[in-house]
Amino acid sequence: MDKIELGEFVKSIDKDLEVKEGKQYIEVTVPPSKLYSLSKQLRLREEVKFDFLFCLSGVDYGQDLGVVYHLRSTVYEHVIVLKTRTSDREHPELDSVVDIWNTAEFHEREVYDLLGIKFANHPDLRRLFLDNSWGFPLRKDYVDDINIVTK
Amino acid sequence: MEEQVKNPIVDEQEEYVINMGPQHPSTHGVLRLVVSLKGEIVKNVEPHIGYIHRGIEKMCEAITYPQIIHLTDRMDYLSAHMNNEVVCLAVEKALEVEIPDRIKVIRTIMSELTRLQSHQLFWATYGMDLGGQTCYFYGLRDREMILDIFEETTGGRMIVSYNCPGGVMYDIHPNFQKRVKDFIKYFRSVLWEYDAILTGNVIFKERTIGIGKLSLEDAISFGITGPSGRASGFSCDVRKHEPYSAYDRVKFNEVLYKEGDTYHRYLARVEEMRESMNIIDQLIDNIPEGPYAVKMKPVIKLPEGEYFQRVETARGELGVFIISDGNKNPYRVKFRSPNFSNLSVLNQITKDFKIADLVAIAGSLDFVIPDIDR
Repeated sequence: MDKIELGEFVKSIDKDLEVKEGKQYIEVTVPPSKLYSLSKQLRLREEVKFDFLFCLSGVDYGQDLGVVYHLRSTVYEHVIVLKTRTSDREHPELDSVVDIWNTAEFHEREVYDLLGIKFANHPDLRRLFLDNSWGFPLRKDYVDDINIVTK
Repeated sequence: MEEQVKNPIVDEQEEYVINMGPQHPSTHGVLRLVVSLKGEIVKNVEPHIGYIHRGIEKMCEAITYPQIIHLTDRMDYLSAHMNNEVVCLAVEKALEVEIPDRIKVIRTIMSELTRLQSHQLFWATYGMDLGGQTCYFYGLRDREMILDIFEETTGGRMIVSYNCPGGVMYDIHPNFQKRVKDFIKYFRSVLWEYDAILTGNVIFKERTIGIGKLSLEDAISFGITGPSGRASGFSCDVRKHEPYSAYDRVKFNEVLYKEGDTYHRYLARVEEMRESMNIIDQLIDNIPEGPYAVKMKPVIKLPEGEYFQRVETARGELGVFIISDGNKNPYRVKFRSPNFSNLSVLNQITKDFKIADLVAIAGSLDFVIPDIDR
């Protein structure tokens, strides 16, 4: 499917979703509550079959914290981007997609480690690179007087 | 003295835990594996990483795009050229810069030479991991020649930093074409030794065939790309599916196997060396004339937006995801590194194999630790 057909397909699953045609890929903004069910549909429906989660990135948007999912189908070779964000900076929590794509296990741990976003139903959510005494360095308000030199 | 004597070392019913690494010769870097064993059988492998986490993604937010390129060398240092290329391609795509053919061809040749030397080092160290010291000397003997070619043109041997947005740093050395051709001719004549020493070796085959099987479904679900994924039949070669640089004008085969065991992960890399030489053969005589770099603005600012670019490194699919807010520094950079995803499958495929096989399986995934930690 091309970008327009994919957009229509996502609309047919849930017409409230915000679909935007990006420069490269079709981008869908999903509220956290619908993320898991939409991901599962995209993975299981035979017409689209997004079976390969090739990038999962946590982003600090300033006010909000968010996660961007890049999905590809190895059968049809099309790509879709899911974006979700939460405005709760104190206790951000999203649904885990580990049981849909296994590769998310490490990627979600990385996001938790560097941005502090928790993932509900993750089998083993621990810090990955850093130990518990660190803050969350990829957040924009992270302060480290010793190692980060600001001009 | 009626007391029953228990085996003081191994209790068959109980799992016990040993620590492998962070300084272990077969992990090729600082990777720590906490292995749960039942007797000699591996039940669980838990990787502990982060010993050389440098925060490259955070550092990228404070520097400019041309500077980022020099950090990417330090991720997968055996695929340094492709790591540079991914950032350059992303920047060029965002700015819609047309790249002349000469640059595309030079980049492709350099990428394939990088892939060759990476697979040679894999072959050398993998043989050594499994007890064949000879491989190490043979592999490094040939790899040294590629590094000399790099040194002559780029000034660096491993950390080349040869790409820059809009082209390459310097033109190729006048000797470049001749030396590459000499090397290909030489390497073709000695590649049979690689097969004679390791591929056909009975001990090697016994230790690798049928060990650590990875199914196609698991390979896709865990995101295993590169030769490791292709050994399971996962057609994931970015050079084929989304050609960049000059890959659309060369003919080569994507090496695919169905078996997905340790032996075929090894075999995929040896076969890829042959394919790389075929690609270089097609390009080395037809490097077009032209400039080696397009003039770019002194300060590179990407338009506001999100950009994704992927390339095929020696270990799999490397992606870069850049969010730009229009400044000279990126707002967020994420590197989707192949080794990070490949590591996540280790627990799955080592389960119920012997601890001696763990070295064989981990070695066949060909980890470069700085790429995992970033």
